[in-house]
Amino acid sequence: MAAINNRKISDLIFEFPFLASFFSDNGLDITGKEELTLAEYFAGFDEDEIEDKAIDVDNLMFQIGEFIKQMIAFLGKEDDVVKTVTILPGHDKSGNPEKFDDLVIRQGEIICIVGPTGSGKSRLLGDIEWVAQGDTPTGRSVLVNDQVPDKKWRFSSADKLVAQLSQNMNFVMDLSVYDFVELHAESRMVQNREQVIKRIINKANSLAGEPFTPETPITSLSGGQSRALMIADTAILSKSPIILIDEIENAGIDRKRALGLLISEDKIVLMATHDPVLALMGDRRIVIKNGGIHKVIETTDEERKILSTLEDMDRIFLAYRTKLRQGDIITKIENTQ
Amino acid sequence: MNLVTVSGPPSSGKTSVILKTIDSLKKQGLKIAVAKFDCLYTDDDILYEKAGIPVKKGLSGALCPDHYFVSNVEEITNWALKNKFDILISESAGLCNRCSPYIKGIKAVCVIDNLSGINTPKKIGPMLKTADIVVITKGDIVSQAEREVFASRVNTVNPSAIIMHINGLTGQGSFELSTLLYDEALNIDSLKGMELRFPMPAALCSYCLGETRIGESYQMGNVRKMKVED
Ligand SMILES: Nc1nc2c(ncn2[C@@H]2O[C@H](COP(=O)(O)OP(=O)(O)OP(=O)(O)O)[C@@H](O)[C@H]2O)c(=O)[nH]1
Ligand SMILES: Nc1ncnc2c1ncn2[C@@H]1O[C@H](COP(=O)(O)OP(=O)(O)OP(=O)(O)O)[C@@H](O)[C@H]1O
Ligand SMILES: [Mg+2]
Ligand SMILES: [Mg+2]
Ligand SMILES: [Zn+2]
Ligand SMILES: [Zn+2]
Repeated sequence: MAAINNRKISDLIFEFPFLASFFSDNGLDITGKEELTLAEYFAGFDEDEIEDKAIDVDNLMFQIGEFIKQMIAFLGKEDDVVKTVTILPGHDKSGNPEKFDDLVIRQGEIICIVGPTGSGKSRLLGDIEWVAQGDTPTGRSVLVNDQVPDKKWRFSSADKLVAQLSQNMNFVMDLSVYDFVELHAESRMVQNREQVIKRIINKANSLAGEPFTPETPITSLSGGQSRALMIADTAILSKSPIILIDEIENAGIDRKRALGLLISEDKIVLMATHDPVLALMGDRRIVIKNGGIHKVIETTDEERKILSTLEDMDRIFLAYRTKLRQGDIITKIENTQ
Repeated sequence: MNLVTVSGPPSSGKTSVILKTIDSLKKQGLKIAVAKFDCLYTDDDILYEKAGIPVKKGLSGALCPDHYFVSNVEEITNWALKNKFDILISESAGLCNRCSPYIKGIKAVCVIDNLSGINTPKKIGPMLKTADIVVITKGDIVSQAEREVFASRVNTVNPSAIIMHINGLTGQGSFELSTLLYDEALNIDSLKGMELRFPMPAALCSYCLGETRIGESYQMGNVRKMKVED
């Protein structure tokens, strides 16, 4: 990184194309100045401009260097494959040690987290996100691929261990579906963007009841369509190997397919839920009590059979909801077999 | 004692984040006080008092709150030192996108929220660009995609900052922030001789000083004119 300040802006941008966005996001107009060195460019500002634009040349030089370093690191490496996440026991709220040796969660697994309000579900998710090293209130430690993990999982904005599907599924941007996904793809530096965007929209449409087009404004998507788009986008575009879900609401979306999509993209899914249908869709469930992991239960074959009955009941329930919405009058309980 | 300066646009979640973070700091046995700087009005002092946190409030009135902050931070710091607090957290309203209350050698935290729009990081000046830690709030009401895009925009304007996501309502992420705030190596026993990270503009024109009449002959001090072409 020696002496970038003595290199021409055009050369720098040729070598590090991502610098173009650095200049524009920092409000630095370089048009017509490409043949200047960085130092000459900054020397060209008069005092008023420096004051108005709040330019701090030393700091900017430093930040440009940082940005180049980060982007090179980000672009140059293979995607991290996280095969396992291991939780080592800590203690519950009363200080009693947790009674398990280690809890290994594997790529492609769905783990549910259940327990009463205030029991510590969010804290467990927090421990994983922060890759705790005995330094959180629970005393737990987290290993990634059996190793004490790299600090970057805590501090890098590009490498987050965990992506989260919000409970509240609103979009605040006012863009078309296509532009929205493209913006996300851009920020993730994705190659062959067009293909990826198409794939996301197709997947989303296969999860939602009613299809939408790439031109649809995201703010006019229905609740189910928004959820579907969000899940497909996170599954395919987010680099984070772990997806946290705080309940997926049951309206207008095929939840089993949604989970299937996340798993097929090699994610680890952790889901805090009170819904029996979701809880039983997991491979295992972690029961939290008084801040500690109380039990880890593998979903039994019998439970899976019960799950399909519960799913039928769920469908009946939904069918009645639809009827009521349409203004129908309900006369008897029908069995939808 | 550590001084921590927290700044950010109005309603970005500064108070919520500070309150949740103090919960965690208290559990580590630290004694904390808050100083709140705002322009015309704030109820934040009541929120802090309710949470049992000693608080001092300063309203800058007609002045830029950051200018007011620098003129008063030494006295407030001395008050906190005298009362033997371990941490003094200052919360200032980042009303003026041009100024920032950050001091060299003092931890600087900027709080902004996901709802403010993806072009906001571009618009905020030194308050965002020279912070050590950038806290992004209200992630609970936007999508994962929007969170990622927003964080990457913040990273472009301040690549060296630690970026953290905190939910001001539930406090998710505030424990993590609390571990980054107190640092014995940053203890101070006075602010004397310390410097601002970034100079504030000398924005004193006659109107700042109360002039109301319009016309060139009433304009004094630091006056700039637009170029108006025919
Ligand atoms: N949904 C959501 N709301 C939040 C979050 N953080 C803060 N809020 C809400 O946003 C509003 C403003 O939060 P404050 O903490 O008062 O913001 P502030 O930056 O201190 O505001 P001022 O001091 O008045 O500039 C409050 O209603 C908070 O409850 C968050 O992460 N998610
Ligand atoms: N092992 C522990 N030791 C000490 N404190 C703990 C422990 N586990 C959780 N806590 C604390 O208990 C509080 C409640 O935990 P948390 O918010 O995780 O509950 P929750 O199960 O997510 O509740 P809800 O269902 O309401 O979302 C938090 O302040 C958390 O830090
Ligand atoms: Mg919770
Ligand atoms: Mg406030
Ligand atoms: Zn100002
Ligand atoms: Zn003025």
